[in-house]
Amino acid sequence: MSTLLQVSGLRVQSGPRELLHGIDLRVERGERVGLIGESGSGKTLTLLALMGLLPEALRATGAARLDGEDRDLLTLGDRASARLRGRRVSMVFQEPMTALDPLLPVGRQVAEILTLHGFAGGARAARGRSVELLDGVGLPDPGAAARAYPHELSGGQRQRVMLAMAMANTPDLLLADEPTTALDVTVQRRVLDLMREQVARSGTSLVFVTHDLGIVADLCDRVVILRDGAVVEEGPLDRVFSAPQHPYTRSLLAVSALATDARGRLVTVVDLGSGTTGAVSTGAVSTGAGMTGAATAAAGTQATGAVPATTPADGSADAVVVTAPGRPAAPQPGPHEVLPDQAAPHVFNHLPGDAPLLAVAELRRTYVRPHRIGRATHVQAVRDVSFEVREGQRFGVVGESGSGKSTLLRLVTGLDQATAGSVRIGGREVVGTPERALGWLRRTAQIVFQDPMGSLDPRMRIAEVVTEPLRGVGADERRARAAEVLDAVGLPATALDRYPHQFSGGQRQRIAIARAVVTRPQLLVADEAVSSLDVSVRAQVLNLLSDLADEYGLTLLFVSHDLAVVRRTCDTVAVMNEGRIVECGPTDQVYEHPLHPYTAELVAAAPRLRAAGA
Amino acid sequence: MSATTSGPGTTSGRGTTSGRGTTSGGRPTTRRWNAPLLVGAVMVAAVVLIGLVSLVWTPHDPLVTDPLHRLQGPSPAHWLGTDGLGRDAASMLIAGTRVPLLVGLVAVLISLVLGVPFGIAAAMTRQGGAGLWLMRWNDVVQAFPALLLAMVLAAVRGPSTWTAMVALGIGAAPGFVRVTRAGTLQVLSREYALAARAAGRGPLYTAVRHVLPNVRSMLIVQASVGFALAVLAEAALSYLGLGTPPPTPSWGRMLQDAQAFLYVQPLLIVWPGVAIAWTVLGFNLLGDGLRDRLDPRLEAAA
Repeated sequence: MSTLLQVSGLRVQSGPRELLHGIDLRVERGERVGLIGESGSGKTLTLLALMGLLPEALRATGAARLDGEDRDLLTLGDRASARLRGRRVSMVFQEPMTALDPLLPVGRQVAEILTLHGFAGGARAARGRSVELLDGVGLPDPGAAARAYPHELSGGQRQRVMLAMAMANTPDLLLADEPTTALDVTVQRRVLDLMREQVARSGTSLVFVTHDLGIVADLCDRVVILRDGAVVEEGPLDRVFSAPQHPYTRSLLAVSALATDARGRLVTVVDLGSGTTGAVSTGAVSTGAGMTGAATAAAGTQATGAVPATTPADGSADAVVVTAPGRPAAPQPGPHEVLPDQAAPHVFNHLPGDAPLLAVAELRRTYVRPHRIGRATHVQAVRDVSFEVREGQRFGVVGESGSGKSTLLRLVTGLDQATAGSVRIGGREVVGTPERALGWLRRTAQIVFQDPMGSLDPRMRIAEVVTEPLRGVGADERRARAAEVLDAVGLPATALDRYPHQFSGGQRQRIAIARAVVTRPQLLVADEAVSSLDVSVRAQVLNLLSDLADEYGLTLLFVSHDLAVVRRTCDTVAVMNEGRIVECGPTDQVYEHPLHPYTAELVAAAPRLRAAGA
Repeated sequence: MSATTSGPGTTSGRGTTSGRGTTSGGRPTTRRWNAPLLVGAVMVAAVVLIGLVSLVWTPHDPLVTDPLHRLQGPSPAHWLGTDGLGRDAASMLIAGTRVPLLVGLVAVLISLVLGVPFGIAAAMTRQGGAGLWLMRWNDVVQAFPALLLAMVLAAVRGPSTWTAMVALGIGAAPGFVRVTRAGTLQVLSREYALAARAAGRGPLYTAVRHVLPNVRSMLIVQASVGFALAVLAEAALSYLGLGTPPPTPSWGRMLQDAQAFLYVQPLLIVWPGVAIAWTVLGFNLLGDGLRDRLDPRLEAAA
């Protein structure tokens, strides 16, 4: 093996502020390197600097040598680096919809990359070659796909087109920036397999940027861990993942694997997001657990010393700790069932003789999409779904995008009107009740949304945000309730008079959770509540949800595309596919022994960290 | 305004973006002042200042005629000369500042009062189809020329500053409806609007607490541009004799009066022309500057 790319001392500056503090990176020919980091770690910036695509306001210094080029990549200038891009170095972006030109058929876009870099044989041959390339990335009917516009393809297909474009001139180096983050797990799995196969076939080196350690474990030979613009650790995959040296790497592995400590709580990294210095002190890390569950026993002793960030400061903390391992009066698990073939509706998670808190019966939601000419199309988002959730249960719903899980949540919370069926919460009907008459529901069921950026009004102070669900309460009591609930989610009372943009993503999600529990609801509905958070913050928010569920006696309805998160959070899980629940049962049983082929596929496709150790 | 200007500048930036969020380089940092904003603000401030000064002082009484000294050129006694009736042009110009400013202010207020509730209502009732009808009515109003409306009102009530204000206010309202509706739709698509519903809040609450604060900056920009248009339209109305009746000084009518003496004293037509152009340019620059400064996309990112 010879060195293809040697980056040394790469610094990127934005005015007086330094964003990358001297990154060293070496990539051998044919090697697959994972560049791992959370948001703001500088992983994307590193790629852009190498491609010569940094925004104008940013300045890169240091050295980056690509084997076979005399000049430094960082000082090439626009024209020279443009010649290199797409020929020797190419890039795949996170969001293929915005990276493709919406007004050109994808075949033309692939052909353009070929002709741009001196494809001999004219336009017709280039078009023919582009169809071959599209065939190579596994697009069904590549001839038709070449004539399709980006919006006519699915997300996975678009990413395949991007890959075809990136590999069109068999580059020496492929840079991939979270190329599968926007994709469903099963699609992600196929795209990753394809990418590995393509780079292996053409001997291309790969630098794969991601925050997902599971993907890296599957794909890469060597990993580089970035934090706050500096490399904290690098080395062969097996060595780094099985014997991490740096405390940050250890904690990142622990939180990524959703490792738990002796008390059954998720291991968290205290104040991980707040540090601006390159190094983490060992004291800041609450555990040194490895990524495998086996290490958790050892971690327990360490974890007892550090107080998790989410533990409320008042006396209730003790109660939480005592009850954590086995929750009091844990509801009896429901049966493990799969969707029967016959048309008869089936009620999942039903125990005879038990009054459920939430009873959904034959719920259906059909969207009518008007067509400009001809008949309107009917989209069945939720198709005759029936299930029950008993008080105190933590009910997870997993599924891919378009499976109808978000629609289901909106129907349950009365934010969308069902086409047919019934939703009863505490015995009262939601479906068909006008929104004005749903006051009782707002006190009984509250919702936490996915995006903590979008779910808090940027113009409102936190005190106003949090007390929004409180009706008919005086100003003084409002403030007291707000302070109390902020305390419960681990935020200081000084937050009351600040605005959402002054908080980090994890803190915003805490605020959103505070708003949801301020009315002391019985049912807390979470729609992908941790999906947009960094892994280090994710564990804290999950612990918080778990604590609050114990403390307030909440029943959780937790929707996520992330199977691992649901596994850690929920006792019962329902798997949704194409608007139906296909399987439902106690979480461990469903994951260990999936009955439905779709569940099996989903479980197999999820990138798993523990695979790395094996 | 003060809350608006102090907000986005303090964002900590990329450290807080989500994993799915954009990671392409740093966002352009919000600048407190940009060139158009500064120049526009100074120009508008000058006009407003002159308008205020005219309330207590003008070089001469702008209404006193002096036929013996008519159509004079600029002199130390009469800085900008005198008009066909011997009135001091500088005093008329200074005193004439009040009417366009007043008309602009009231017309924009009328547009806001009419346009904002309609725009919000149109956006909020879009699902039911009522919003569609509101917008078609809006199109009808927009298609009706404001000058024609002013003529009709002047014919019915007699020309006055008030008819000009009302006609211009109604004429500009459809633009405000459109801007408000677009902004409201954007706000309603955000999860915090959904969260308000989940919190059991009704549409009125959402409109007042979520929509209004978040479309405010768009409306400020629109109002600033609307102001410029109103000044221009007021001048046109006065020129046509449909605006402020004599003898109250007004730039539009100064233009019309000066037209008769175009070949004798052409400077007379220059002064009101420059005043109108200055004011309109000032408000347009201010609007542009505010647009850059208060860009809603930048705020959404903050």
